[in-house]
This record gives sequence, structure tokens and C-alpha cells, in this order.
Amino acid sequence: MSTPVLSVEGMTVQFPTRRGILTAVDDVSFSIKAGEVLGVVGESGAGKSMTGSAIIGLIEPPGRISSGQVFLHGERIDTLPAEKMRRVRGRKIGMIFQDPLTSLNPLYTVAEQLVETIRTHLPLSAADARKRAIGLLDDVGIPDASRRIDDYPHQFSGGMRQRVVIALALCADPDLVIADEPTTALDVSVQAQIIDVMKKLCAEKGAAIMLITHDMGVIAEIADRVAVMYAGRLAEIGPVRKVISDAAHPYTKGLMGSIPSLLSDAERLTQIPGSMPRLTAIPQGCPFNPRCSYAFDRCYIERPDPLPHDERRVACWLYDKEEALS
Amino acid sequence: MLAFILKRLAQSVLVMLVVALISFTMFRYVGDPVASLVSQEASIADQEQLRERLGLNDPIVEQFFRFVGNALQGQFGISYRLQQPVSELILSRLPATIELAFASATIALTLGIILGVFTALKPQSPVSGGVMAFSLVGVSLPTFLIGIALIYIFAVELQWLPSFGRGDVVDLGWWNTGLLSESGLRSIILPAITLSLFQMTLIMRLVRAEMLEVLRADYIKFARARGLTDRAVNFGHALKNTLVPVITITGLQLGSVIAFAIITETVFQWPGVGSLFINSVAVVDVPVMAAYLMFIALVFVVINLIVDILYYLVDPRLRVGGARGGH
Amino acid sequence: MSASAPPGRRPMGLFSRIIDSDIFYSFRTSPVAVVAASIALILILAAVFAPWIAPYNPFDPRTLNLMDGYTAPMETSFAGNYFLLGADHQGRDVFSTILYGSRVSLLVGLSATLFAMTLGVSLGLIAGYRGGFTDAIIMRICDIQLTFPAILIALLIFGVARGLIPPSQQESTALYVLILAIGLSNWAQFARTVRGATMVERQKDYVAAARIMGVHPLFILVRHILPNVTGPVLVIATIGLALAIIEEATLSFLGVGVPPTQPSLGTLIRIGQQFLFSGEWWILFFPALTLVLLALSVNLLGDWLRDALNPRLRK
Repeated sequence: MSTPVLSVEGMTVQFPTRRGILTAVDDVSFSIKAGEVLGVVGESGAGKSMTGSAIIGLIEPPGRISSGQVFLHGERIDTLPAEKMRRVRGRKIGMIFQDPLTSLNPLYTVAEQLVETIRTHLPLSAADARKRAIGLLDDVGIPDASRRIDDYPHQFSGGMRQRVVIALALCADPDLVIADEPTTALDVSVQAQIIDVMKKLCAEKGAAIMLITHDMGVIAEIADRVAVMYAGRLAEIGPVRKVISDAAHPYTKGLMGSIPSLLSDAERLTQIPGSMPRLTAIPQGCPFNPRCSYAFDRCYIERPDPLPHDERRVACWLYDKEEALS
Repeated sequence: MLAFILKRLAQSVLVMLVVALISFTMFRYVGDPVASLVSQEASIADQEQLRERLGLNDPIVEQFFRFVGNALQGQFGISYRLQQPVSELILSRLPATIELAFASATIALTLGIILGVFTALKPQSPVSGGVMAFSLVGVSLPTFLIGIALIYIFAVELQWLPSFGRGDVVDLGWWNTGLLSESGLRSIILPAITLSLFQMTLIMRLVRAEMLEVLRADYIKFARARGLTDRAVNFGHALKNTLVPVITITGLQLGSVIAFAIITETVFQWPGVGSLFINSVAVVDVPVMAAYLMFIALVFVVINLIVDILYYLVDPRLRVGGARGGH
Repeated sequence: MSASAPPGRRPMGLFSRIIDSDIFYSFRTSPVAVVAASIALILILAAVFAPWIAPYNPFDPRTLNLMDGYTAPMETSFAGNYFLLGADHQGRDVFSTILYGSRVSLLVGLSATLFAMTLGVSLGLIAGYRGGFTDAIIMRICDIQLTFPAILIALLIFGVARGLIPPSQQESTALYVLILAIGLSNWAQFARTVRGATMVERQKDYVAAARIMGVHPLFILVRHILPNVTGPVLVIATIGLALAIIEEATLSFLGVGVPPTQPSLGTLIRIGQQFLFSGEWWILFFPALTLVLLALSVNLLGDWLRDALNPRLRK
């Protein structure tokens, strides 16, 4: 098997604060293969976005990756000096943010922002960069791209702006695109179009996608594998069809139970009792134990690591072999 | 664009008319214009004649419009104190004030923006801490004391720079400048620094606050995520967005430089409009006071107009219409 | 104390309530605030008790001896008098003139701030409560005032007042004119803040209820709305006091402030400036230092108060 595009091993992100050290991402490991789409889901505050920012090296100080490693094509990137990491951003890893209305600089035309980014990473003349920029806008489905390229961001609608953002992220043909809630701020009618554009382009260019969202519907539609995060940790990671149709972790089960489905014959949506603990008050043992109806003694003492179970990895003592034997 | 400028122009004219009304009220009712023009011995009949000749018995509205008409031609009457036409007095002293104001505005803008950007980009640096502490002291210190302190250090103790006056002035016919002689250049340094200090700290704090705000914006995060260089992000993207709101307040600050010049001109015995005004207030030389008020108002109105136009040019959201395309 | 009170929660007197309050806690834990408050308090007490503290009465011509002129600090003059901070050209004790000068500076600063506060708060309440045309007029005047530097407005008001008051009464009214001029140039900040708070408060149900019950508007304003704006008004007043003191000093320095018979710190600095070149630095230095300490400490107190009342603003 070839080396994965991205491989994260035991990554932990911490923030020193006045009240002690907060652990926003706790010992997270996963990898993404070329052309693969990995969905990352979880409630807000579960550490999804922080994981994305950590991979691309953009955690706001004083936060930092306190342990673990990040590899891109087998090359370690979390320890790269700032200037080398900057060359990785945009060139090897593209990033798409949530709100297209605020992601673009209002004072520059779309052309200026595209050409600037292209020429930062590729040795092209201004004219060639502009041609490439028009091509990119065509690709993301902006009609009449050669004319609209000289417009300012405020002259585009929200959906069109997110297409521009995608074009900007794909400027230099990155191998990996991290999309942080790319459709959350958009109208429902536009969401599907944006997902289609992303999926199509990444497939054409062979780029892997890490799609961060809280929308299981989006995941089901586009992702190959899905990682479920809870309180900064991985709860479950595996193929989408497995995780959705046959969730193993009690939290994932709850999450799936809370999605309305036309096919399901359940009378009403189930909901998970309680709420996710704050980072300052994560309980001992499994962080999900206060809300878990399956919790037993061990869950209150030992913290489970994600272990292989049925084509996936699950961080739950229910699936520990020793438990099964006893 | 044209409609925008015309609208602003109309507003400016309205403001000037209001100020003219205040000026006129002062001119007409503070002190007796007749008493200050004739000698003590003049008979009641003589005074009445003069009153008639000056049009002081005409309807008040007519007098006001005559005042505005004269003002438009630069006529503000005769100074009670110096017995010279006010317009001549102001014009002869205008170059000194304008050169001082420009010099200090340049210092305030350049240093204010540089220090503001620096303290925003490197908030942890001890230099930033020092600059911020200095700026707090700068705002609390009276301008005249800063001037005196500078005189004491650089003129009395070190004897590097002159302590008063404008140095050798070169007459260019329509303008007299101190910027073409060595002594003139040396003379302007201390007053310009004194005058700039207060505005500089204000501009610095404003730029810093705005820049910190902008640096947190999504488009800055996105620019970094695209791998743009720090230089491009900080100066290409962040600074330009910082300057949009800064333009307005800075513009008004520069207007008050001319007004604040009153104090600096007194400390350094600078022969400008400000010291003319202060001498006139002391002896209630109303025509000069009224004319000075109009002059300051004009400066503010013109600067406001320029600021509005600049704002319009810098921010495409005002210049170019809204969303055109659909989804 | 009272037996019915639960243990550990004794009924508190005003003093212990102050000691216990959040504001006092934030005060005790801020060294800048403590130092600033101490300096301000010392200067204010010294000014209030000037006649008892001052070793000389500098304005009594009988005690003045020209032989004492230009005596350096901590030296005894030819006439045998000792001067802690030296003597000026007329043989007046600099220490004593500073004490009396601070008195005038503080008197003018406090009166002007009180005047500005009363005027600004009243106009702000009226504008915010009445709204509409009244509001538009008051706020437009505010805008214009805030555009121009306060010192310029004070100078104009001063000049106009001079022109309207007959010369024989100018000296006796000078102090009032000065207070009026400084007060009128500083009310706009108060008005703007109070108006904003009033408009927010007016929307609330209890005010609507009071209006329906026919409560007099003045009562609503004073009883319900005014208490809500005390915090911000206090902050503006403190910073305004520092500004007023500087403004008074500036006007007096420019020679259009207090009459020469009642010199303030600004007047003393104006006098002292003449001796800058001849080496009698103390005539200028000590009044200037006093002014800076006074203005800076009051300003820092205002800054601290703003942060303490508004924890969200703190970084």
C-alpha cells in the first residue's frame, strides 16, 4: 500500500490558560489516502476545526501541538520551520473556511486575490497566472469567468463567493484540501452544488479531502470514511457505510439516531441526554461516560483508546477483547 | 461619484452657513462695532452717521447676507487692535501655520501608523509595551509642557535647536516659507514635534486597535492558509483594511492640528494664525475672532470633503454596486 | 452584633460593604490605581488645606520681601527665610504658591466638570427620552462640538464673554467665565453617553409601565434611568476632570485664564517659563511637576475605573 497523503499520529493540541492547560485535541491518529474523502464530524467544540488548524500549522498562539506527529506524503510537517510550512500551505494543502462572506478580502478584486496566491506558489507570469485564474473560476462553475474575475467579492452572491474560495484553495493543485464547514453558512439549495463542485474537482485533480462538518447528511453523500470526534478525542473512525448503518460507539449511535431519515421507520428522533463536557471539566475515564447508557465501572476509571473492531477503530471498552472474554 | 460629491458639497455649504451665522452674531453683538472704530470724543450724531454708513441700521437678514458676501470675498473688516484689514493679517500669517501644521501632520501620520502597526503585530515585544506606556503619558501631558520640556532639553541645555521664531523666511511673493533656509528648517523641528505628539499617540492607538481587529478577521486567516507571505498578509491585506476606518478619524485629527497650533505657536512664539487669534481673544478683537472661526470651520469642512472622497476611492463596496449574479 | 443574623454574614455597615465590594477588590489588586489614587488624594488634601499647610501666604504683600527673590530650593535667603522649593522673582515661596495654585486649578476643574456633567446629563436624558426633533437638534450640536477641540471652543466662549462683560467687572467674574467656558466645551461626551443609555432603558417594560400609570417623566428619568448611567458618567467625569485641569492650565498659560491675582498652576508655569533661560529652573519645574502628577493620576484613575466597571473591555 502506498504512503497516505496525510497521516496524523497521536496529535495533541494544548492551550495554556490562567486556569491551567486546556487540551483541545487529545491523542488523535488517522490518515487519508490519495483521492479519499475523510469526513470529520462532532458537536461544536469537539476539536474538529482545531484538528484542521493544527495540521495546516495555524493554531493561534499560545496554543500548540504538544505531542504527536503530522506527516504529508511521509514527510514530517509539524516541525517544519515557519517559512517552509508557509510554502506547504496553499501549495500542498488547501483550506476552505466556513463563511464565504468574510473569507475574501473586500478591498481586492477576485483576480487580484487569485493571481497573488497563484504567483506565490507557482513560477508564472502575471498574464499566465490570470489565465489560470480564469480557468479555475470556470472549473468551479462561475459563469462568464473572464469578465467576472475583475469584480469585487461583494458583487458575488454567497454561493458564488464560496466557489471563489474553493478556486483560491485549489490555486496550486494541492494534494489535500481541508474544508472546515464549507456549506454551513450557505442556503440549503446551494449546499449541494458546492459539495458537487468540491467532489468533482478533487476527483479530477486527485486531491484528498478532509471535510469537517457537523452535518451527517453531507458526510453520507460525499465521504469515503468518517471520523467521529468527542471532547477532543476520536470516538470512532471507519468506512462511511459501516459507521452510518452500524454505529459501534454509543456516541455515534446517538449521533445517527438524531438524524432524520426518510428510510428509517423510527417514530421519533432519539437524542443524547446531557451535553458535551467543557474542556476544563472532562471527566475521568471515558469522556462520554456521563451521557452513556452502556457505561460500566471501567469507563469511569480508564480512558479507552481507539482499537480495531469490525473494519474500523472504536474508542469504547464495550469492544475491548478482554471485556468480551471475561 | 459626481452625485456623491455634490451631496457632500451641499452639506459643507450648509455647515459653513451655520458657522457664518455664529461668526456674524459674534461680530454684530459682542462689543460695539461703532465704539471701537470712532474716538471717545465722537458725538452721538457722528456715531449715528457711522452706524448708518456701516449699514448697522439695515434689517438684520440683509446685514447677515452682506456679511456672508463680504466673507466670500475675503473681507472680514478691520482688526480693532492692529487697525489693519483682517484678511491681510490672516493671509500674512497663514504660511507659518500651514507649514507647521503640515510638518507635524506628516510626523504624526508616519510615526503613528508605523508604531500602531508595530505594536499590533508584535504585542508581546517589550518595545510595544514601552510605546504603549509612553502613549498613555503622552495623552495626559499638556501640550504646552511638552513644548517647554523640549525647549529646555534641546535649546537651553544641548543648544542644538532654536527655541522660538521661524528662522530666516524666504519670500516667494505669494507665499513666505521657512522651509528653504537652514535656520528655518531647524526652527520648525521642535514646534512640529510638540504639535504632532498628541495626534501621533491618538493615531497610533487607533491604528493598533483597528489592526488587531483586522488580524482576527476570517480573510486574514484564509490568506495565511493560502500560504501568502507574512509580508503580503500583514501589509498587503491587513494594513489596507486597517486604513479604511482610520482615514476618517485621522482626517479629523489633522484638522484639529491647525486648532491645536494655537498653543504650540504661543510656546514657540511662532508667527502664525494661532498666536494672532490668542492675542485677539485677550483684547476681544472680534473681527479677527470671527474670521478665525470661519477659517477653522473651512479647514474642517475641506478636510471632511477630502476624507469622504478618499474613503470612496479606497473602499470598493461604496464605489461599485452590489451583487450582480445569482447563485 | 445582631443575634438573628446567620453566622458569618453579619449585617454590614457602609464601610465594610465598600471593603467587600468588587470595585474595591479590583482597586486593591491594581497597583497603578492605588498609587494614582494616593497621589491624587495627597494633592487634593494639600490644596484643600493650603492655608494651614503653606509656610507663607504668597499673596500677602506685607510678607513679601524682594530680597528673597530667586532663592534656590532648600536654601536660606539673604533675608533669612528658608524655602523648601525655592522662591520666585518676587520672593514668593514656590511651595506655597503651588499649594494655593492647585487650589485654584482644582476648584476650576471640579466646578467646570460638575457644570459639564449637569448640563450634559440633563441634555442627554432629555434627548434620549423625548427623541425626535429635540434629540436631533441636541445631538447635532454635540457632533459639531466634538469635531472641534475643546480648547478652541473654550477660547471662543471666553472671548465672547469678555466682550459682553464690562471691563470693570472682568476681574471679579474671570473665574466664573473660565468655569463656564471649560464646562461648555466638555458637556457633549456626557450627553452622548447618557442619551444612548436612556434610549435603551426607555424601551424596557418597567418604564413603559410607569408611563402608563401616569408617573411624571421627570420622576421616571431621575428614579429609574439616571441610576443606570452612573457608572459611565462617573468614568467620563473622572477623565473629564483631568481634561478640565489641563484645559484650565492651558488657558491660564496662554494668558486668558484666571486673573493674575489668583494664579493657578498654569499661571505659575507661564511665569516660570520666563526664567527657563536664566537658570532659575525651580520656578517652572515644581508647578509643572505638580500639574503633571495631578493630571496623570486623575487620568489613570479614570482609566482604571473604566476597566473596573466594564470587565468585558479588559484584555
